[in-house]
Amino acid sequence: MSIEKNKIAVKMKNITKTFGAVTANKDVSLEVYRGEILSLLGENGSGKTTLMNMLSGIYYPDSGEIEIDGKAASISSPKDAFELGIGMIHQHFKLIDVFTSAENIILGLPGGALLDMKSVYAGIEKICEKYGFDVDPKRKVYTMSVSQKQELEIVKALYRGAEILILDEPTAVLTPQETKKLFDVLRNMKNDGKAIVIITHKLNEVMEISDRVAILRRGEFVTSIDTKSANEKMLAEAMVGQKLELNIRRPEPKDEKLRLSVSGLSCRNSDGVPALSDVSFDAYGGEILGIAGVSGSGQKELLEAIAGLQQTDSGKIIFYPEKEGSEPENIIGMNPRKIREMGVALSFVPEDRLGMGLVGSMGMTENMMLKSYDAGAPVFIHKKEPEKTAERVKNELDVVTPNLETPVRRLSGGNVQKVLVGREISEAPSVLMTAYAVRGLDINTSYAIYDLLDRQKERGVAVIYVGEDLDVMLALCDRILVLCGGRVSAVVDARNVTKEEIGLYMTAGSGGGASAGKKDEVSANDEDTGKDKDKVSANGEGDKKSASDAEGGGEKE
Amino acid sequence: MTALIQWINSAVVYGTVIMYAAMGEILTEKSGHLNLGVPGLMFLGGFAGFGSAYIYENSTDSPSGVLLILLPLLAAFAASCLGGLLYSFLTVTLRANQNVTGLALTSFGVGVGTFGGVYLCKISGNSSYAVAKLSSAAFTKNLNAAFGLGTVGQIFLSYGFLAYTAILLAVLLHFVLSKTRVGLNLRAVGENPGTADAAGINVTLYKYLATCLGGGICGIGGLYYVLEYCLGGWSTNNSIESLGWLAVALVIFSTWKPLNAIWGSYLFAQLFWLYNYFPTLVNTTINAPITDILQMIPYLVTIIVLIVVSIHRKKENQGPASLGLSYFREER
Repeated sequence: MSIEKNKIAVKMKNITKTFGAVTANKDVSLEVYRGEILSLLGENGSGKTTLMNMLSGIYYPDSGEIEIDGKAASISSPKDAFELGIGMIHQHFKLIDVFTSAENIILGLPGGALLDMKSVYAGIEKICEKYGFDVDPKRKVYTMSVSQKQELEIVKALYRGAEILILDEPTAVLTPQETKKLFDVLRNMKNDGKAIVIITHKLNEVMEISDRVAILRRGEFVTSIDTKSANEKMLAEAMVGQKLELNIRRPEPKDEKLRLSVSGLSCRNSDGVPALSDVSFDAYGGEILGIAGVSGSGQKELLEAIAGLQQTDSGKIIFYPEKEGSEPENIIGMNPRKIREMGVALSFVPEDRLGMGLVGSMGMTENMMLKSYDAGAPVFIHKKEPEKTAERVKNELDVVTPNLETPVRRLSGGNVQKVLVGREISEAPSVLMTAYAVRGLDINTSYAIYDLLDRQKERGVAVIYVGEDLDVMLALCDRILVLCGGRVSAVVDARNVTKEEIGLYMTAGSGGGASAGKKDEVSANDEDTGKDKDKVSANGEGDKKSASDAEGGGEKE
Repeated sequence: MTALIQWINSAVVYGTVIMYAAMGEILTEKSGHLNLGVPGLMFLGGFAGFGSAYIYENSTDSPSGVLLILLPLLAAFAASCLGGLLYSFLTVTLRANQNVTGLALTSFGVGVGTFGGVYLCKISGNSSYAVAKLSSAAFTKNLNAAFGLGTVGQIFLSYGFLAYTAILLAVLLHFVLSKTRVGLNLRAVGENPGTADAAGINVTLYKYLATCLGGGICGIGGLYYVLEYCLGGWSTNNSIESLGWLAVALVIFSTWKPLNAIWGSYLFAQLFWLYNYFPTLVNTTINAPITDILQMIPYLVTIIVLIVVSIHRKKENQGPASLGLSYFREER
């Protein structure tokens, strides 16, 4: 290594960043050297992207200092960042579809009034040759594949003179072959003395590409180690941390009845990329089935497929009705309303809370009505029933609102979520799916929601809980299904599994929808964790009974 | 033959009006703002240009030729520019709904023009009509007689200078949009302001400039309407508004390309005048409901183009991707 390669490129000192009451980063200190690839590892919401966004000029730290190449820097806009030689490749590409590669690359750059495309083409070709990129400067972006767009983003950063490159989960959208190619160019750039940071939660990639790993947990810096002296198990442990005792009431499931049986389910997301492949599991009435996975592993598509909102390529979803004498039915291809009427309810809390399910400018009563607008005689609306439901939800869940007509937008986040979950429960479903039900809520309100789900479980409802916080899932759920890259990597008994085990299953494969077809990576990791297999009923034999038989509830007390 | 030449002459004049307005609107829409206030902006420009010319002519005994041209031009451009500024303040800074704001601007512009026009007509002594003779003469002065080329001259040289600058403007706009850095940045703003912002482009500035300049150019269209198409006459029931809507349709028809708008505007105008000249050409006469149906053809053609373009889904023929959407910088 030359001397230049060991120089500190980025030094972040005691960085703290808060959004309202949420602390995204707390007192984080981090260094990045020239000529190295640093992996920034952490769970969802551990503050990796926020930390890097403070380098790329999207956020400004509340406190702390940043030094670039030994000089104190204040980065308050993306422009400042690229003037300091920092380029960040975001998960959502910042490209203009109808422009060519070259036009995207020079966008916003200073220069003469007339465009000299020839010299731009030459400059792009030089960069491509140097590092092994394959970018056609005259090609329009909308004709490119995801990996080509990503290459273009990197070339764009280099063209603008980036010496420090940050890639936010670059492999999430790539196939294994594309990932290999990306890693090759990253190594070339590293050998050229650039400082590279990869944000990731895939342990196998961390091991493969990086020289050093820095780990964040809940917004705080945990440790940084040389990759050579690390292994996947210890990284997973450092990433998920110690198990927290949460004291969530968890009644024993009793009188479980099969409610939903999913087999061989595959589908694509809105970009046409495979989002689920060959997903199979059963959900029982009287239990809470957790679904864990890093974000974008197919959780949303799975729930929407069950609710009838997502088209599927293949597979079956069999619903077993509660009513005596009614036959199990395959609900794929059914109208969402029909599925709901059969007793499958979905409450999905998106990042902006109001995006799905509620209308912000309407009051509670009207929001209740959204699900029953066609009830009763035609033409006129019938407010009586929804009003009663709203009143009941308000009283049972302690929704704080001046009255039932106050627009829900004006309620606090917790109350909005109570309305959303409460409405689904009020229909007395036999399958209740909730996604991110406690997103952004404070502890007390979260517990109120957990209690609500527990009560549903006791009523015999099959509850499917998609969550982000592993501690909560371990304390609340009876079984946990782990999704990784659109596949079921494991179905485990929540009472007898460790957080690290789940962490490993979550990060097992090379992930990403596009790579879902490549099984080899997943199975390779399964072998790594083979010693834990006795606690796990792998998918396929993921039979609920065998899992609980094997465990016998031994360690619970 | 005479009817055909007359048809072409009428079409070029009429087409020039909508070409200006369409140019202004293309420039505006390239920044991602759908300004439905085009008719209002034309009204503002037409009224301000006409008013300044009329007052100047009547206030001095020997008006200077330069001022007869410059005053109305500046007044028309400035008035419509201000209309555009109002629109951009509402839609860029306050992020008001673009459709509603545009329609309100149309009502506003038509209202102001009509109201002021009544006042001008009053001083002229005639309650419903006023004429700016000298200014109109300056704007319609042409080189046809000087060259004496007969029919060719009649077809190509019998218009005032604004008819030719319209074509120059369209070519210039095409050049700026496709070959210059400013044009690239402007298109980026209209396609994806978030990306443009991240690339260091001043999104707000580009939006304001495009909208104001675009408004000003629409105003020149209004001025040309009054001084050449109406031969300097301002009547209290003029039809600028309908030409404004035709210009909005032309923008779609041209698939947001200035060069297409050149022939598109002449085609629209030719089709518009079909009812008047075509029957003479083929020696028939047609009656009221048929003439109205014939006048509908430009709009019909626009709908067909819209259908074809939508079915084809060729990205290059679509409007700017974030047309009509307000831009919020992502903040958490």
